[in-house]
Amino acid sequence: MTSISLKSVPLTALFGIVVITGFLLTGLFADLLAPFAETEIVGMEFEPWGGDYLLGTDNLGRDMLSRLIFGARNSIGIALATTVLAFTIGTALGLLASVLGGLTDQALSRLVDMLIAIPSLVFALLLLSIFGTSILMLVLIIAMLEMTRVFRLSRAVAMNVVVMDYVEAVRLRGEGLGWLVRREILPNIMAPLVAEFGLRFCFVFLAISALSFLGLGIQPPTADWGSMVRDNAALITFGDITPLLPAGCIALLTVSINFVVDWMLHRASGLKD
Amino acid sequence: MSDTLLTIRDLRIEGRQGDIWQPIIKCVDLDLRRGEVLGLIGESGAGKSTLGLAAMGYSRDGTRISQGSVTFDGMDLLGMSERRRRGLRGKRIAYVAQSAAAYFNPAHRLIDQYAEAPTSIHRLIPRGQAEQEAREIYAQLRLPNPDEIGFRYPHQVSGGQLQRAMTAMAMSCKPDLIIFDEPTTALDVTTQIEVLGAIRDVVRELGTAAIYITHDLAVVAQMADRIKILLRGEEVEEQPTRDMLAAPKEEYSRSLWAVRSFTSEEKSAPASDEVPVIRVRNVTAEYVRGAPVLDDVSFDIHAGHTVAVVGESGSGKSTTARAITGLLPPVAGAIELDGAALPAQLAARSKDELRQVQMIYQSADTALNPKQTIREIIGRPIRFYLGLRGKAQEEKIRELLSAIELEPDQFIDRYPAALSGGQKQRIGIARALAAEPRFIICDEVTSALDQLVAEGILRLLKRLQEERGLAYMFITHDLATVKAIADYVVVMQKGRVVEQGPKGQMFSPPHHPYTKLLLSSVPEMDPDWLDTTIQDRKKG
Repeated sequence: MTSISLKSVPLTALFGIVVITGFLLTGLFADLLAPFAETEIVGMEFEPWGGDYLLGTDNLGRDMLSRLIFGARNSIGIALATTVLAFTIGTALGLLASVLGGLTDQALSRLVDMLIAIPSLVFALLLLSIFGTSILMLVLIIAMLEMTRVFRLSRAVAMNVVVMDYVEAVRLRGEGLGWLVRREILPNIMAPLVAEFGLRFCFVFLAISALSFLGLGIQPPTADWGSMVRDNAALITFGDITPLLPAGCIALLTVSINFVVDWMLHRASGLKD
Repeated sequence: MSDTLLTIRDLRIEGRQGDIWQPIIKCVDLDLRRGEVLGLIGESGAGKSTLGLAAMGYSRDGTRISQGSVTFDGMDLLGMSERRRRGLRGKRIAYVAQSAAAYFNPAHRLIDQYAEAPTSIHRLIPRGQAEQEAREIYAQLRLPNPDEIGFRYPHQVSGGQLQRAMTAMAMSCKPDLIIFDEPTTALDVTTQIEVLGAIRDVVRELGTAAIYITHDLAVVAQMADRIKILLRGEEVEEQPTRDMLAAPKEEYSRSLWAVRSFTSEEKSAPASDEVPVIRVRNVTAEYVRGAPVLDDVSFDIHAGHTVAVVGESGSGKSTTARAITGLLPPVAGAIELDGAALPAQLAARSKDELRQVQMIYQSADTALNPKQTIREIIGRPIRFYLGLRGKAQEEKIRELLSAIELEPDQFIDRYPAALSGGQKQRIGIARALAAEPRFIICDEVTSALDQLVAEGILRLLKRLQEERGLAYMFITHDLATVKAIADYVVVMQKGRVVEQGPKGQMFSPPHHPYTKLLLSSVPEMDPDWLDTTIQDRKKG
């Protein structure tokens, strides 16, 4: 692929890139940006906007802005780790199934079918209540569930590549599995995988936020957008929009990622030769 | 009613590449009288299909008709509304595509698809009459069981039958003009002759005008009253068929004719005690237990010699290659390399055994990884088999590129997408040579290429063979290729070897009946060939 000139990037994608970069930087430099510490109680509960606390305080009297900034780090970081893990496992298994075929393919595919058959939120809730709600457990369980979708996609796209003559040529040459997968197949299925990565990240992010909202995700006092909505939900009844801020962050990030992914999908389909 | 059916004047068509419109057709004129057949020939990319579609007032996505006029029976096709054009298509102008299998809807029976245009779309005749007419046209096109065949689904009939069913479909509204876009290119020679004969008779009987698009001169010689040659979107020349065949005026036309004259001297038979490079000994192979696709196949391939394996599709040519390479281990018999048995399973073969047997594929598009540069594609086998790295590897890559007549500096960093079809096929050859093999399987390597390009590839393979003493197994269905390059010929039918022998012997009588059928099915330049051959077969 050739380098992309900034002019050819559509406005929506540009917007998405700017927002995502903004969030990532905020997360990275949260310590420097936040006026207060993540869990520090700085004032009264539910203080209004303005003054020392730009966006007021939450239900325990912690600074809302600082919590939002740290939330970017926690929510995005955990979602990113989960997505990366889901992709590593899913792509590896999917490629293995498509290259080896036969029994391996059957065993892996049926296992994944089984996992997919159970509604994932219910399954996640069940597993989390069995294994406890640590962050590690959360990452592992969500990754395991999202991996199934990645497996299906990578297996399907790799199948189209496996039947190519150049793959047969490589097999006839006597190359090992590693070369076959890394050098011959993976480069040819990167475009759909990258696009899927963006979409999956959104789903993982929403799943974690949903779990946090239900109280089984990221545990207090860690700042996290999902649980921040839940904790401050009461304010809505008083006409205060503060709880919508973390919800808005989730929405903004999700929309931005989708803008970028749409553009990538478009490019991938346009560069078919 | 005037005599002229179709007039195209000063037609220009452009195709979009990125943001730029590139010309595809540059200023072409065309005239067609009622009942006349015009042959359009040219290499791929010459704009034949684009011109054919433009005769229906249609331009594909990403192309536009920028200038000129198309007049059909006094009506301006380009100026009228899309709605009126649709009313003409199928009814008065019909189209027959190259790959009938891709154009039929697999979920509907042939007769339903036949009846769609005359009944539900153009509302010309009731369904019952359409079915009756379908049977008549099926019979005219010499389809077996014309009363019954329409009630089958597309996958239940053969490729040749499907192509005829599509022609029948084009005839369903008794159009004035049919565009045939390479209707027999995907068929075996033995099937092609039947389809050609059937199409021509029906076109003559109904007095339909036709534009017949093909890259095969011999085919167009049978079908067309006049021939128009296109090159890169421009007309080279146009003449009545017999004049064109007898005396082409332009240099380019003559070069098209010359291709078929490339032949090579048959090499003398190897000494009887010489050990062949590859010996296929009584090989039987099957995909499904108890249903052999190869049955007791035996032949030898000697160093410096070319063995052509010929037969129709499904005769077991490619399966033989799979058995030799180890992709399909035989259930009986053996493959010997230099007198020693090769392990049947691919996984059991040593690196050196793998190195000795290389393969060149039919479709260079799928044979080269689009995400690797030429340097990586050719460099990998050099490193893998010969252990060369760095400078030595680079030198070897450049040496191979020079050997296949591509300038190293210009090509080494390109991706396959930036190569033409012939260049890709050359890279495929270089990749096989990189292993320094003794034996190369060429699987229909020229059948996807234009004749001039194909001839270049054949000459290259011939030269490499002489320089390096390579043994080739040449899988092909094209007997012109066999004449050009083979020393020894193996004729296969239904998984068996029906006849084998040196080329000279195979091309002179007496023949095995199947060999005779194959030989007599190859179209010749003589415009009377089709009539004579069909006559002969009726007598015999």
